[in-house]
Order: sequence, then structure tokens, then C-alpha cells
Amino acid sequence: MSGIPSEAAAKTSDGPAQWHLLLFIGGGILAVALPFLVKNFVVFQITLAVIYAIAILGLNLLTGFNGQFSLGHSAFYAIGAYTAAIMMEHGDIAYYWTLPAAGVVCLVSGFLFGLPALRLEGIYLALATFALAVATPQLLKASFLEHWTGGVQGITITKPHAPFGLPLNADQWLYFFTLGAAVILYVCAASLVRSRTGRALVAIRDHPIAASAMGINVALYKSLTFGVSALYTGVAGALGAIAIQFVAPDSFSFALAVALFVGLVVGGVGSIAGTLFGGAFVLFVPDIAEHISKGLAGAVYGIILILLIYVMPTGAAGLVRLLAAKVGEAWLARSANKL
Amino acid sequence: MELFLHQILAGLATGGIYACMALAVVMIYQAIDHLNFAQGEMAMFSTFVAWQLMQWGAPFWVAFVVTIVLSFGAGVVIERVVFKPIREAPVLSHVVVFIALLAILNSAAGFIWDYQIKSFPSPFGSGPLFGQNLISPHDAGMIAVTLVLLVLLYLFFLHTRVGLAMRAAAANPESARLAGIRVGWMIALGWGMAAAIGAVAGMMIAPVVFLEPQMMLSILLYGFAAAVVGGLTSPGGAVLGGFAVGIIENLAGTYIPVVGRELKLSIALSIIVVVLLVKPNGLFGRRVVTRV
Repeated sequence: MSGIPSEAAAKTSDGPAQWHLLLFIGGGILAVALPFLVKNFVVFQITLAVIYAIAILGLNLLTGFNGQFSLGHSAFYAIGAYTAAIMMEHGDIAYYWTLPAAGVVCLVSGFLFGLPALRLEGIYLALATFALAVATPQLLKASFLEHWTGGVQGITITKPHAPFGLPLNADQWLYFFTLGAAVILYVCAASLVRSRTGRALVAIRDHPIAASAMGINVALYKSLTFGVSALYTGVAGALGAIAIQFVAPDSFSFALAVALFVGLVVGGVGSIAGTLFGGAFVLFVPDIAEHISKGLAGAVYGIILILLIYVMPTGAAGLVRLLAAKVGEAWLARSANKL
Repeated sequence: MELFLHQILAGLATGGIYACMALAVVMIYQAIDHLNFAQGEMAMFSTFVAWQLMQWGAPFWVAFVVTIVLSFGAGVVIERVVFKPIREAPVLSHVVVFIALLAILNSAAGFIWDYQIKSFPSPFGSGPLFGQNLISPHDAGMIAVTLVLLVLLYLFFLHTRVGLAMRAAAANPESARLAGIRVGWMIALGWGMAAAIGAVAGMMIAPVVFLEPQMMLSILLYGFAAAVVGGLTSPGGAVLGGFAVGIIENLAGTYIPVVGRELKLSIALSIIVVVLLVKPNGLFGRRVVTRV
């Protein structure tokens, strides 16, 4: 399972710069206007989709850019969520301080988990992380942690209200809060990937031996990537806990790890923008499947998934890239005809 | 001491279940080079088919054979219909399709046969074995069936032309194709065999854990773990790994006080991770050397 496509390494797109700018401005206006246009529940759902997208971005940094496979990111999501919940419940700390704390806790635990994981590759790493995912809900339920984690019952959190007397309801405020965090995290991820460090990560993914011959400290970079990836997913977990106002062991089961993984592949492995599509998929497609058929929801979900992979084997980002290339060709051909 | 012996034997009995499943996992890994996440659900579905046949009045062994044949066919069909069109897709996309298959089979089984727990007959009878209460006849029968399967697989892979062709197709598809082996059909054959072995595993396991759509989820976890501990390239290692996991799980649950029942799974899995850290390719796995 180590063979991640090298085309994912290619830059997202080299289309004209103005288009990108237009797209960004349009997207920004839409993102700001959205919570005033739709119902509160939809705002809440979109918030959750963005949160999943952040978690998937974390996974993508690890899998898409560094070539390490993880089926255990639900564990880091859980650590982030519980860090936030415990700080708010036991420490009376304001919700916005829990995000950096969850990030740091997950960075450290991810780094520590990444160290032994260095010895494992491909399928074996998948299994080790898988074990982490399976063990997490059981550990959270364990009796010796019950004082902090609340055992099977979990912890309930109060929903934050908009500060400074802003004319927003709780759902709208939470949306903007999440959006702000997401923008910061996405900008950081995009710059990380384009930096010297990012190129080192991709080099390690594509050819570890050649990378170490170039003087890259493979072990350090790999475990650091694990840490940063866990940081992203952990912050998403903290945001998720604040949004849902509740944490319980069974919401962080292996199914969550699988959902994040599916979101990663459907969005596009190695694509930063694709994670947004992945987040939306994770949130909305199971609902849609349930809507189509209650008894066969799982089957409908599976069929949608298989059809998506047929249509876009390299994820949404791969499809967009392909279409952009086609459009670009047509454009070139037309301008060549004019001349 | 008697408690210890009992726990070992109980571990062997549950280990037999895991060994069965691990064997199916390794089988498909040999053919397609991936872990198949839908393996457990395929086995569950086959077991439901066997149950349905028995409901219609077929005797156990007739249902057993018919189910194996049907599962083999279904495995080939799944490969041809679902995986052939996306053979060029990246590995991770394949894994997602496995997950999709898992969801489809699970939900379909629940839809057709509902989620009520059903009992599944054992062909080996009940009551004490050799006048002793140490191990039930079904457990003994299950272990025997696993070992027979192992021997059959060994003979198939090492002493038949088709077995050789399958190994060649998995090890080096391009060269195998040049040597006249129809690689695509070998992969389909691998799927068929994995489905058939899964069906056997399911029918052996069902009398112990009872029949319901979720029966395979945790067993598949243990099956994976066993396969990886033993080494994914070695069917014998997978079977040994299965027994080892069963015994470790039972002993940890009995002798480590904090663990109890609630952390049994975590302990078994962390032991596996430790094994992997010491021997990254499993206990009996071949080290895969890649050319720079």
C-alpha cells in the first residue's frame, strides 16, 4: 500500500493567476455570506464539514505528501476532542484556548507515535495505526481514566456564544470561528507543502533512499510529519467537540478513521483543496444514502463510493486536474487557429 | 496451573477462529497484494447463504459444499465486475472500494436476513470430547479443518501448475504475462479462492459467535493482526499467528488485572505492534527487498 501515485506530486494547477484570484475572492464572499442565506442546521452541518476537512488535511499531509499510511487518525481526533472537553469541563478554560492546547498535545503524541512507526512501512504501518484506532475508544472507557473522561457517558460542553455583542447566533458564530481556524490552518499547510521542508517530505514519499542520499534526515522528517498531521487532526477534534458540545468514546471508533480515510481518497490524495470535497463527502453522503433508502443505506453509500472511484480514480482533485488540462488544450488549440 | 492450562486451551479454540480468518486474508494478499477489508463481510454473507440453504432443508455438508462453490463464483464475479475496470487506479482508491464493498455486503445482509442473532449448527456435535471437558468437539473440528485447508493450500501452491502460475502472476505480473500466464484471470481466481476460504471460515466460526451481520467485524481485526504477526507472505505463519493471538488475548485477559475484559483487544493489538517493531515483516514473513 505504499505506492502513492506520483502524479499527485504534481502542482495542483498552473492555470492563469487571475482565475485563481477570482476563484478565491468568489469563494471568500460565498463563505462569508453563506450563514445568512441558509437555515441554522445547514450552517451547523457546513461547520462540521469544514472540521472534517481539517482532519482530512492532517491525514493528507501524512499520506499524500509523506507517503505514510494511517488508519488511526480517529485516535488523534479523539485526543484533540478530549483535550478540549477536559480543559473546558475541569479547568473552566475558554473554548478558544483549547485549540492550541489540543494542537500541542496531539503534536507531541503524534511525534511519539511516529518514532516507533518509523520501522514499519505500508501495510504494517496501516495495521499499527489501525490498532491505535481500535484501542482508543476502549482506553477512553477504561475505569482508571473515568474521573477525567467521564467513562461511557462522556462529557457535555456548553455552546459558545458570539463575543463583543456581534449580531450572530451560536451556530453562525461557531461557523465563523471554525472558518477562521480553517483559513489559518490551510494557509499554513499550503506554505508548508511549497517550502523546502515540503519538498523534502515529497522526496521521502517518492524515494526514501534517494532522499536520504540528498542529505534529508528521513527519520526526523517522518516523525515530525506524523506530529504535524496529528496536530491538524487534533485541532479538528477540538473544534468538533465544541461544535457538537459532546464527547463520548464511541464517536471516535474505527469507523471515524475509515471515514477520514475515505474522505482523503475521494477528495484526492496529495491535494490540499481536495480535502474540502472530502470533508463534504464524509458529512453529507451517508445522509444522502439514508435518504435514498433507509434499510439499505450502507449499500447505497457503498455504491455511491464505487461509482465515484470509477468516475474519478484519483479523487476530485484528479478529476479537476484532468478537466483543466482538457480545457487548457482546447483553449490552446483555439488560439493557435486564430493565429 | 489448571487455570493456566484452561486459558491456553480456550485461547487455542478462539485462536482457531482467527487462524481461519487469517488464512483467508493471506490467501487474497498473495493473489492481489492488498489486505481486503471486505473479507470478513464476504465470509459473513457466505455463511448467511449456507444458513438459508439449511433453512430450506439441505443437510449441513450439502449446504457447506454448495456455499463454497457459490462463494467461489461470487468472488470471481466481484473481481471481474468491480475491480477489473479500476485496475489502473491508485492503491488507496482500491482500499476505498474494499470499504465500499464492506458497507454494501453488511447492509444487504441486514436487509435480506435482518439483524436478529441466529444460531448456526455445528457439524461436529456437542458434548465432551474423549470424555474430557478441556476442549469442545466443535473447537477441535474447527482447528482440524483449518489445518486441512492449510495443507491443501500448500499442495496447491507448490505442486500444481495453476498454483505456480498464480504465484508468478502475483510476484511479477509483467514477466508472468510474457510467459503466457493470463494474469487477469489469475487475480480473479485468487479472489474466488479467498471467497471460498472465507466461506469455510465463516461456517466454522458461526456456531461459536452466532450468525448476524456484525459477526465478522472484530474477528476480521484479529484475523488481520494474526496474518501480520505471522507474516503476510506465509500461510503457515498466519495460522500460527492466529493461535498466538488467541492465546495471548486469553492470558492477558486473565492474568493482567487492569486489563480484564474491557482492554483485552487493546492488549492483543499492542503486543502485535511490539512484535512488528522487533520484526517488521512478521515472524515468518519474507523480507521484500526493492531495487534502488
